[in-house]
Amino acid sequence: MEKYYQPEIECASREQIKAWQDERLVKQVRHVWENVPYYRKKMEEKGLTPDDIRSSDDLHKLPFITKADLREAYPYGLVAKPLKECVRIQSTSGTTGKRVVAFYTQHDIDLWEDCCARAIMAAGGTDEDVCQVSYGYGLFTGGPGLNGGSHKVGCLTIPTSSGNTERQIMFIQDLNATILCCTPSYAAYIGETMKEMGLTPDQIPLKAGIFGAEAWSEEMRQDIQNTLGIKAYDIYGLTELSGPGVSFECSAQTGMHVNEDHFIAEIIDPDTGEVLPEGSKGELVFTSITKEAFPLLRYRTRDICMLTREKCSCGRTHVKMCKPMGRSDDMLIIRGVNVFPSQIETVLLNHGYPANYQIIVDRVKSTDTLDVQVEMTPEMFTDNMGEIAKRQKELVDGLRSMLGLAAKVTLVAPKSIVRSEGKAVRVIDKRKI
Amino acid sequence: MSIKQISVFLENKPGSLYAMTGVLAQNKIDMRAFSLAETSDFGIARIIVDDVYKTTTVLKDAGFINNITTVLGVAIPDVPGGLSEVLRVLTDAQVNVEYMYAFLGGKDTEHAYMIFRVADNAAATAALAKQGIKVVEQEEIDKL
Repeated sequence: MEKYYQPEIECASREQIKAWQDERLVKQVRHVWENVPYYRKKMEEKGLTPDDIRSSDDLHKLPFITKADLREAYPYGLVAKPLKECVRIQSTSGTTGKRVVAFYTQHDIDLWEDCCARAIMAAGGTDEDVCQVSYGYGLFTGGPGLNGGSHKVGCLTIPTSSGNTERQIMFIQDLNATILCCTPSYAAYIGETMKEMGLTPDQIPLKAGIFGAEAWSEEMRQDIQNTLGIKAYDIYGLTELSGPGVSFECSAQTGMHVNEDHFIAEIIDPDTGEVLPEGSKGELVFTSITKEAFPLLRYRTRDICMLTREKCSCGRTHVKMCKPMGRSDDMLIIRGVNVFPSQIETVLLNHGYPANYQIIVDRVKSTDTLDVQVEMTPEMFTDNMGEIAKRQKELVDGLRSMLGLAAKVTLVAPKSIVRSEGKAVRVIDKRKI
Repeated sequence: MSIKQISVFLENKPGSLYAMTGVLAQNKIDMRAFSLAETSDFGIARIIVDDVYKTTTVLKDAGFINNITTVLGVAIPDVPGGLSEVLRVLTDAQVNVEYMYAFLGGKDTEHAYMIFRVADNAAATAALAKQGIKVVEQEEIDKL
């Protein structure tokens, strides 16, 4: 029996959803026009006023907003509410060290937590469940989002945050956790550790998992489901839009329902910006129609995706998106953290290394690894091993503070990184996703 | 005074040491002392050769990063306690030894020759001389 958190919304008719979107978009456009000079200017440049947007059919007229806009407007340039009405920020890493900082009113947090609650109930969660949130808590949206959603559903919530796997397993066993929320790679790691401890799936109390913040394959889903003896559900989101819960999987496990009463999804041609018909593969664009503090109109996610409104067996009527199939930019998602090669290049140059480098990403025992290979230079070389090791460690520390992620630095022989004639091959992603 | 050591950067992977010795072989360079320090991903080969200028040039041309460091070659009496005595002298002179390795001997069977990389070459040489311990010069290595 499918469970819903807000059945009247999640299973509303398409006409009803369109009516909500029409009304909310018109209101949202007026809200940003009146409160965000940055948006007003962008609209004026296209010769638009709020009167031009009469329904969601006019959405395509609006200009896009990109990560570059977020960077330019950092930190307050896109905030649409007085700061005294904002109660929270969340943040994610961005290019060249500038982070994306998103603002929330209490109302924004309520709606975000509703979205997460929908995801938990779609995974079978109820107030009878014990929900362990092993996403990071803090600036990262994973922990706070699922934590709030879990409270709304009424689950007994275990806020373990990420890390300390031994303790994670102790709580799962001792407190009979039935739902696990974390990144898929961490779920796989927990699963493998439990297997090594000799635990069989029937000895593990978990029944479902909600895993997101990074790409994972259908094979990985099967592995996690088998080792933990659970059903594993995907969840999608971006800090820019709120966090996890922009879309989530239902019992059908064939795509994620976008919470269309809060977000309008479009697929565009990443080169021309033209809106593509349903079922086309292209870049996913979202408009947040209910956010108060940090509303984004036509935000380009850079995720390559497809949408379908085919009837879903779960009864939900909201549009489904597939797992993102790639990126239209060079961003990597490593252990749930957004990494741009340009960030790594900045750190290398700051530490006196040449711009000849290669980034090798792999997945070893379900955990993403990041290896930055840099060429040794005559200036840096000395007969003193300790001196070289010290410089290497300084670089590792520099990368950690820029990326918020542990990376390995490998010094390689000069000219060993292949020079390409055209675009340099900076990234080798060996992960099979 | 003292000896010039050439340090060569090598990746820690099969074939990289062979590639370096191959360059030396092709150019008929005679290695007189050799040591290897390594981490999991790279290593440093430290060598003493008969022709320093030629060696650095051919290595550079073959793409090997290298540099020259001044080290001490010490003739240690080949008797029990010989090395310990040298180290005692350096300890008394407060000279820190960063690393050391053995010379590939040797016509001289009464001495063991060792390379010392110390923080202060002048202080070390003076202290050793005072105790009658011989320090080898670059020109002498051919004869050893």
